[in-house]
Amino acid sequence: MLLFLFRRIGLMLVTALCLTIIVFALTNMPAKLETLAKTQAGSRMTDAEVDRWLERNGYASPMLVRYGEWLGVLPGWVRTEDNGTVTGRCVALRGTAEAAGERCGILQGDWGFSTRFRAGVAEVLTARLGATGLLMLWVLAVMVPMALIVGILAGMREGSRTDRALSTFAIASTATPEYVSGVLLIALLASSTVGLSPLLVSWGWIDGPVLFQGNARSALDDITFSNFTLPVLTIALYGMGYVARITRASMTEVMTQQYIRTARLKGVSFGKIVVRHALRNALIAPFTVIMLQIPWLLNGVVISEVLFSYPGFGWTLYEAAINNDIELLLASSVVAVVVVLVTQLISDVGYVYLNPRIRIS
Amino acid sequence: MTENAPAWDETQPILEIENLSISFFTRLREIPAVMDFSCRVMKGEAMGLVGESGCGKSTVALAVMRDLGVNGRIVGGKIRFKGRDLTAMSQEELRQIRGSEIAMIYQEPMASLNPAMKIGDQLAEVPMIHQKMPKSQARALARQLVADVRLPDPDRILDAYPHQLSGGQQQRIVIAMALMSKPALLILDEPTTALDVTVEAGIVDLVNDLAAKYGTSMLFISHNLGLVMEVCDRITVMYSGEAVETGNITDVFDKMRHPYTQALFRSIPLPGADKTSRPLKAIPGNFPLPHERPRGCNFGPRCDYFVKGRCDAQEIPMLPVAGDTRHDSRCIRFDEIDWNAPIAAGVQHDSSHIGEVVLSMENVRKYYEVAASSLFKGGDTKVVKANETLSFDAREGETLAIVGESGCGKSTFAKVLMGLETATDGQIMLFDENVQSTPIQHRNTDTVSSLQMVFQNPFDTLNPSMTVGRQIVRALEIFGVGASDAERQQRMLELLDLVKLPREFANRMPRQLSGGQKQRVGIARAFAGNAKVVIADEPVSALDVSVQAAVTELLMDIQRKNRTTLLFISHDLSIVRYLSDRVLVMYLGHVVELGTTDQVFAPPYHPYTEALLSAVPIADTRIEKKRIVLEGDIPSAVNPPPGCPFQTRCRWKSQVPGGICETEMPPLRDVGGGHQVKCHLSAEILAGMEPVFTVAAE
Repeated sequence: MLLFLFRRIGLMLVTALCLTIIVFALTNMPAKLETLAKTQAGSRMTDAEVDRWLERNGYASPMLVRYGEWLGVLPGWVRTEDNGTVTGRCVALRGTAEAAGERCGILQGDWGFSTRFRAGVAEVLTARLGATGLLMLWVLAVMVPMALIVGILAGMREGSRTDRALSTFAIASTATPEYVSGVLLIALLASSTVGLSPLLVSWGWIDGPVLFQGNARSALDDITFSNFTLPVLTIALYGMGYVARITRASMTEVMTQQYIRTARLKGVSFGKIVVRHALRNALIAPFTVIMLQIPWLLNGVVISEVLFSYPGFGWTLYEAAINNDIELLLASSVVAVVVVLVTQLISDVGYVYLNPRIRIS
Repeated sequence: MTENAPAWDETQPILEIENLSISFFTRLREIPAVMDFSCRVMKGEAMGLVGESGCGKSTVALAVMRDLGVNGRIVGGKIRFKGRDLTAMSQEELRQIRGSEIAMIYQEPMASLNPAMKIGDQLAEVPMIHQKMPKSQARALARQLVADVRLPDPDRILDAYPHQLSGGQQQRIVIAMALMSKPALLILDEPTTALDVTVEAGIVDLVNDLAAKYGTSMLFISHNLGLVMEVCDRITVMYSGEAVETGNITDVFDKMRHPYTQALFRSIPLPGADKTSRPLKAIPGNFPLPHERPRGCNFGPRCDYFVKGRCDAQEIPMLPVAGDTRHDSRCIRFDEIDWNAPIAAGVQHDSSHIGEVVLSMENVRKYYEVAASSLFKGGDTKVVKANETLSFDAREGETLAIVGESGCGKSTFAKVLMGLETATDGQIMLFDENVQSTPIQHRNTDTVSSLQMVFQNPFDTLNPSMTVGRQIVRALEIFGVGASDAERQQRMLELLDLVKLPREFANRMPRQLSGGQKQRVGIARAFAGNAKVVIADEPVSALDVSVQAAVTELLMDIQRKNRTTLLFISHDLSIVRYLSDRVLVMYLGHVVELGTTDQVFAPPYHPYTEALLSAVPIADTRIEKKRIVLEGDIPSAVNPPPGCPFQTRCRWKSQVPGGICETEMPPLRDVGGGHQVKCHLSAEILAGMEPVFTVAAE
């Protein structure tokens, strides 16, 4: 078990290294650096001024050297200005020239500085990840039970009317991307001029102008039913259809197994067959998928967080990408890799629990 | 049990099926699966239902359970259980009967147990549903039943998952589950087909004892006539959806009155059949498809006694046989047929003469190293000793049978010989070449084409997307036979002739062929490069008896013509006795006995051979057999017992002084005439062994 964990962590490190190299290379292309300089120091700079800005802020050294600096295996750049002040990577990160050590990268625990938010990357990301974590938690809490119930109800009697109705719903929900369902939901439920809200107001059923809010920024301070329902629903609907389809497939297969016939011919009632005999066997396949779904949800998070202006990880990623915030993007990639591999690990361990056949004595 | 069931007179049949007809409905048409089937099972009686695959016997069983699926429907007739009509019951009434009054035992024990539920929970569920028994009491009952089916350490078993048990143990659990609420009727659907013969013998014993103990009636479905004879009192023979003959076991076995029953008996190798003097007689033609059944008698087109204008004129009813009790036959001519006429002498062959040694193995060993687990642990590896010091010769034109149960190493041996694996140690001489360490990709075309294999499962060994002809031509190309495509095409057609398939089959796809036909294609492919040595790995065990006979005869024919050396791997001792010249018995990777067929099948035996012989069910009422049931399972090859591999199950062990069976590996010693036995028993004791079979005086 320990060896297995070590191997997984090793794999995680290698993946993170490869991914960050790629991200680093892409964000450090000359054109991208120019954008960065212009967003940081004024968009009307001449080419010479851009070069000088890059030179002064340590972006002029070769790319691999700067990647080394970011990792913390090479000393950070240091530069003494004409007026005697010392600037440098580590100086900027640690405040004063005296406190700055020689190296300051990931290995030293310094995640760098976000040029977009003008704050430490670690600080920005922990706050944003917390916000997204909350969103994901609610998404999973809505999506997983709904998907499993829909999948199991559809799969327990293959070809029945329930199956067809639920399958149609599942396919429709997974075929509608977030940017479509999100916009639809906003139009339908969160607009004071169209959709349901004006109707409900005119009947006097709700107090406010709209049923749900289309902007989730207030959820950062206080999560309410009104401001959080739409982003959660948007993401959950998309993922739900997919998981429900997998659950249904798994359930229909289990229901044709011989041990289900054994149970039936033992006199077990249909409800008990589904709950006691089929459920656990049918959950093996969807469990892995749900776990894979979590990193995949990060995609959905980007779109719906931007759509509902919820300042979470996805929104941050989006902001970092359009502003070419190099160090924030790098840290985000590391987070993504960790999320993928940790969920994989959980899925492997959970799989062993669900499926006694692969449990090791 | 169900309190509201009306009082039932014990002299009436437990199960009475009357003119039952079942059809399956597809989008295209209605497919009748069972027509006009009637039978009665009295209290404590065991009824055997035999027939080839597709004859509808399992459909009858599922109809009794009313579990025919969405497509199947009972279209006529009645099924009465204790006087109540099952066909008219509601789902809720059925649920109360299922598992409590009628229980079923299935063909594949592994598949019929829930893999994610502990054995104890699966067993305890039955009385908890039907008798509303509290859980602790139900578990205590489960424990008792597990002990009743003679499983060791019941507490451990109750806490185990199905995959932690062996196949034989799983089947015992399924039996225990069926008996949990002491049902009045037990339906057994091929309960031992997936098990080894010695395990099968144990299960059959158990079923007989338990049925006697609880007074349970049984409906026993099997394709194995010998097994039915051992278990049942009465038998119903089915053919193509109809019962063709029914009666007491002794009446049907000794005085059969239906041509199909007779043909079935003539196609199984009973002791006395012999490949040279009394060859098997296969049933000509093929089983009719359900929607292509002939008019009149279904068996008509394949029947030796068919009379045009009578047998195909009208539907044939079941007619009682005069003089016997409850013995009926679906043949209008059974009074006119001379049932005692000797079998029309088939083509007799001279026994072929046996030539030079072509294959010789010397002290061949094959060990596998397995990592304990690649995922969660690492480091220590275990060694599986699949083959230990295998030595023997095979000669030109000879049939050498290799016999043993699953896990004895016979398939590993075939792989090593073929070059799919290389031997760990020892020498294999094929003609005059050492091949023990040459994997198949490094062997030259000559060696590969002269050493070929016929596989067990004809359904999976043909490429489903290539025509039959193309597959054979492909083999010819690989073996470098023929100079041009036209020549190879010609040779392919000749090969189809050789395996007695019509030449049009060259353009057919494998899915259009029956099992027996596919196996013929497999044989044609093996002989494409004029193979000198052919390993046949259970070539007929997946086929029906009547087809088995035909395929066996075909192999023998080709062998006679080509003087091929045939290594016939099998667990079926009847067929081995019928066709082999010499027999090699394997147990846990060791050769325990080697000799000519007569030597091996007569005393002195190796104790394992003795048990194996006694376990084989024989469909002949005149033969009396000693019953030796082996205790326990085959030990694991990862952790074999010290000393003699068979010592853990040997009933002769106490006869060897000094307990050396547990410490020393016995030598392979000659007991006369080249007959070798790996046993510590003294020559006197071996000589004093009694034969397993005796033919009762008539």
